[in-house]
Amino acid sequence: MSLLSVEALLLSIQGTTILRDVSFAMRKGEVFGLVGESGSGKSMTALAIMGLAPAAATLGGRAMMAGQNLLELSETAMCALRGNEVGMIFQEPMTALNPVKTIGDQVAETLIVHGAANRAGAAKAARERLDRVGLHGDAFPLSRYPHELSGGQRQRVCIAMAVALRPKLLIADEPTTALDVTTQAQILDLLKGLVADEDMALMLITHDLAVVAGMADHVAVMQKGRIVEQGETGAVFRERTHDYTRRLFAASAHQPARRPIATAEPLLVADGVTREYRLPRRHLFGAHPRLTAVKAASFTLHRGESLGLVGESGCGKSTLTRAILGLDPIQGGAITLGGQQVTAPDVPPSLRARMQVVFQDPYGSFNPRHRVERLVAEPFHLAPAPVDERRERVALALGEVGLSPDDMGKYIHEFSGGQRQRIAIARALIVRPDLIVLDEAVSALDVRVRAQVLDLLAALQESHALSYLFISHDLSVVRAVTDRVLVMRAGEIVEEGATEAVFAAPRHSYTQSLIAAAPRIPAQWQDGG
Amino acid sequence: MLRYALARLGSLAISLVVASLVIFAVIEVIPGDPASYMLGLNASPETVAALREQLGLNGSVPVRYLAWVAGMVQGDFGTSYTYRVPVAELVAARLQVSLPLTLYALALSCAIAFPVGLIAAARRGRATDTAIMAGAQLGIAIPNFWFAMLLVLVFAIGLRWFPAGGFPGWGKGLWANLNALTLPAVALALPQAAILARVMRSALIETLGQDYIRTARAKGLSQREAVLRHALRNAMIPVLTILGLQFSFLLAGAIIIENVFFLPGLGRLIFQGITQRDLIVVESVVMLLVFAVIVVNFLVDLAYAAVDPRLRRRL
Amino acid sequence: MSWPVTLRLGLTLTAVFLAAALVSFVWTPQGVEALNIGAKLKPPGAEYWFGTDHFGRDVASMVMVGARTSIAVAILAVGIGIGAGVPLGLWAAARRGGWVDEVIMRGNDLIFAFPSLVIAILITAVFGPSATNAILAIGIFNIPVFARVTRGGAISLWTLDYIRAAQVAGKGRARISAEHILPNIANLLIVQGTIQFSLGILAEAGLSYVGLGAQPPTPSWGRMLAEAQTMVSFAPWLALFPGLAIVLTVLGLNLIGDGLRDLLDPRLRRAR
Repeated sequence: MSLLSVEALLLSIQGTTILRDVSFAMRKGEVFGLVGESGSGKSMTALAIMGLAPAAATLGGRAMMAGQNLLELSETAMCALRGNEVGMIFQEPMTALNPVKTIGDQVAETLIVHGAANRAGAAKAARERLDRVGLHGDAFPLSRYPHELSGGQRQRVCIAMAVALRPKLLIADEPTTALDVTTQAQILDLLKGLVADEDMALMLITHDLAVVAGMADHVAVMQKGRIVEQGETGAVFRERTHDYTRRLFAASAHQPARRPIATAEPLLVADGVTREYRLPRRHLFGAHPRLTAVKAASFTLHRGESLGLVGESGCGKSTLTRAILGLDPIQGGAITLGGQQVTAPDVPPSLRARMQVVFQDPYGSFNPRHRVERLVAEPFHLAPAPVDERRERVALALGEVGLSPDDMGKYIHEFSGGQRQRIAIARALIVRPDLIVLDEAVSALDVRVRAQVLDLLAALQESHALSYLFISHDLSVVRAVTDRVLVMRAGEIVEEGATEAVFAAPRHSYTQSLIAAAPRIPAQWQDGG
Repeated sequence: MLRYALARLGSLAISLVVASLVIFAVIEVIPGDPASYMLGLNASPETVAALREQLGLNGSVPVRYLAWVAGMVQGDFGTSYTYRVPVAELVAARLQVSLPLTLYALALSCAIAFPVGLIAAARRGRATDTAIMAGAQLGIAIPNFWFAMLLVLVFAIGLRWFPAGGFPGWGKGLWANLNALTLPAVALALPQAAILARVMRSALIETLGQDYIRTARAKGLSQREAVLRHALRNAMIPVLTILGLQFSFLLAGAIIIENVFFLPGLGRLIFQGITQRDLIVVESVVMLLVFAVIVVNFLVDLAYAAVDPRLRRRL
Repeated sequence: MSWPVTLRLGLTLTAVFLAAALVSFVWTPQGVEALNIGAKLKPPGAEYWFGTDHFGRDVASMVMVGARTSIAVAILAVGIGIGAGVPLGLWAAARRGGWVDEVIMRGNDLIFAFPSLVIAILITAVFGPSATNAILAIGIFNIPVFARVTRGGAISLWTLDYIRAAQVAGKGRARISAEHILPNIANLLIVQGTIQFSLGILAEAGLSYVGLGAQPPTPSWGRMLAEAQTMVSFAPWLALFPGLAIVLTVLGLNLIGDGLRDLLDPRLRRAR
């Protein structure tokens, strides 16, 4: 007897079909994984079941739970069901909580709206649920506001809210995507524990195959609004009968073909780099307190090398990157590029031209009002060239990143995320730099597009003798594309070494915990297909 | 919270000092000799000298500024040149008309705008919303003094429900005075209510798109409960900003509207001051108006902190 | 892409008044300065479309010429606001958190404490009333409005990666502000500009109504209303037509502002 049975679910918005023929069943107390790339319809499936799909959506099919078709229940009946029988948590914990209400009120509200407790009883239950999700009373009184908590803590509050009435089903929509890897591991553990303790079913929606592999009993793979393959998790992972599943797997474990070209010649040298910020004054006339974001960081990047820099959010890697790029002054130590000192903010153009950068966000990286030709040509500001030559070199760079010279006349909104990252790479290449800083450059891309961009980067490194500083929070990507790696934590570089050596035998306890926390697909599932 | 309040208080003090410097400079320094300006071209040198003495204009500029500020702090705004009475008395009498009028209009504006904005947001995109927004669009475009004239034409001259102007004075009982202030307050409030309703609607619609509303819905709150329990308080933040601005618009509007209804308020006082070149009166009333606006902004800042816990820690 | 209905309606209304103002330079139904006591206080009719005032002047002609004053004052006031406010806002955003930003924003707050009527009162008390004073008073009040809108828009852009890319390409703050920031907040400024334009027309009417704006013999809508006030019970047309002219012009401009906002909203555009 299944808890929830979705049959031939269909959803369309103004004539565009978003979901078609989605069918699956969930049993009591099991974890059901729904995986797919962005836009595959996984979140919409969950919203449709919850009765929270956009008002313009037309629904078809059935979603049966306890003998009722959820798609046909009245709004009043759905309100009684949501939060009571079915709980849901979302991707972005930073915005999922009301900023002007205390966490206690928000958890207690679940009980109050369902008439399950009076005010005092609800507060008591809220306390108990917050304790259960690991936010204990001494450090997290009910009177705390969301802005006083970290992302992981906020996600715990959301979970407490969703399970306050012990629902039979919890839907978690990318619950850990916005979190760091160690926090992700803790949240996943918490969810697993809740499923076991409370005999609750969990629908885990994610784009990350490794997360599903470690969590789900059954899994369904979605593509373009339909389920292409489903079954017992181990079986699906081992057999991969559908072509799409196979490609998804190949991409997530993708290892670009790289031939190391690293030399022993130092290119970028950071020597005791310290970066401090002034914080707002605590008192009206007091001195500004200082925050040291990077503490005496030292490392060397050799010509032709791919150097990884990993760490969790807030560890100082972005700050260090800004200092290396000569955008912010440093308060101690020195940065040299090819023997010349980088002194922000007045870095000589000839020196700036030797290093370029590719950023994370494919949407915010380009001025939407300029054509691709002007976007790619921007670094010529550093190394002026005649107009004819510029055009030629822009065309050449676009060709090198796999785009057509005809794309020069287009605006950026005409390109997909992956194409935009290619244009960003072309912009970095245009002044023929020695070093390209890749600041989370593939983090926003879906796995298959990411694999293609990684291949491109590997090929360009070889053909242009480039050096990369590869900054990422994603350990598997860093492992796949770097020669050496630096691990950063709380402003300090805690470990440095050859990538394989560090990953195989991490010495520092922090590196060990990072690697242990990273979800992975069991090795015995990987060699099939 | 206390630290936040103190910081805002500090910035209030700085604003007041700078504002008083500006007003003092415009009135007493830029004209050169205020005394001869006030008396006009035909005044004899002796009269000018006497007025200079009376106004204390013989000191240096910094000394005069400090004396002016010190006087104001003690409630002494100087003596009106035309009325021959202390300006403080004049202002106090006129405030009894202008302040109730402004507050009456503010209350009306909120009473109209809040429900209307809420209904429009709740019925977003439907006929009710379209009608309300069209009405608001028209309301914003209407100059309040012209609207006041139309109100007089219809409700005072035509229907005779309200007096066409004048003010009986608070000694004559509350009802007669409220009656006299109703048409002016409505004229002031309606265009402002139109603006406020639009802000209310868009702030609510913006908040309704936030993630925490979806979270609340997933907890089992109906759309209505989600609006009342979660969206409303968050939407108050931009609404407060506009309310603060509205106070100064209403105050300025009251000055104009008083002309339509022959109300003996600050507006009448200041325009008489201008025509009779009574700079002392103008200076004091302008300082008072600016003081009111700055204090209201301070109160709005405190209200922000009451609504939004994130502000309480920040300086 | 089709234009919103509001935008078309707004453009039509505004075009009518702009045309009236322009035509009044070469032609009006009657002379506006000629007094004709014989034709005083005529109600609207075939000869005098909007009636005549107590001097026998043609209201329709005066409304046409009055449009010139209103539009000129409002445009110049918006010009002052943009000319001073936009550079200040850009500068403050480029130096966000620094003392320049602090000084500019505090200065803005200070000007906000002086409603344009109060500025007009101050100026008039010392220099006497004139249309120039009205322009100055409204224009000064517009400065912090544009500075805030500019700074707000610019600050959100400064966090974007294309600004960092431009910095990596060695471009300075001033150049980035001109090349990357300004074009991308132009939409905001155009919308705000139409709103301030309409507010300027309202403010000019209010100032001339209380005698702080344009002086006789320059016709202006606000002063026509002031003169009509004592006669409103027996000659309502004197108040009706100038008032309607204000309402329709302001409405037209606001509709343009709203329509442009819908048309230019990047969130709507991305969904295209």
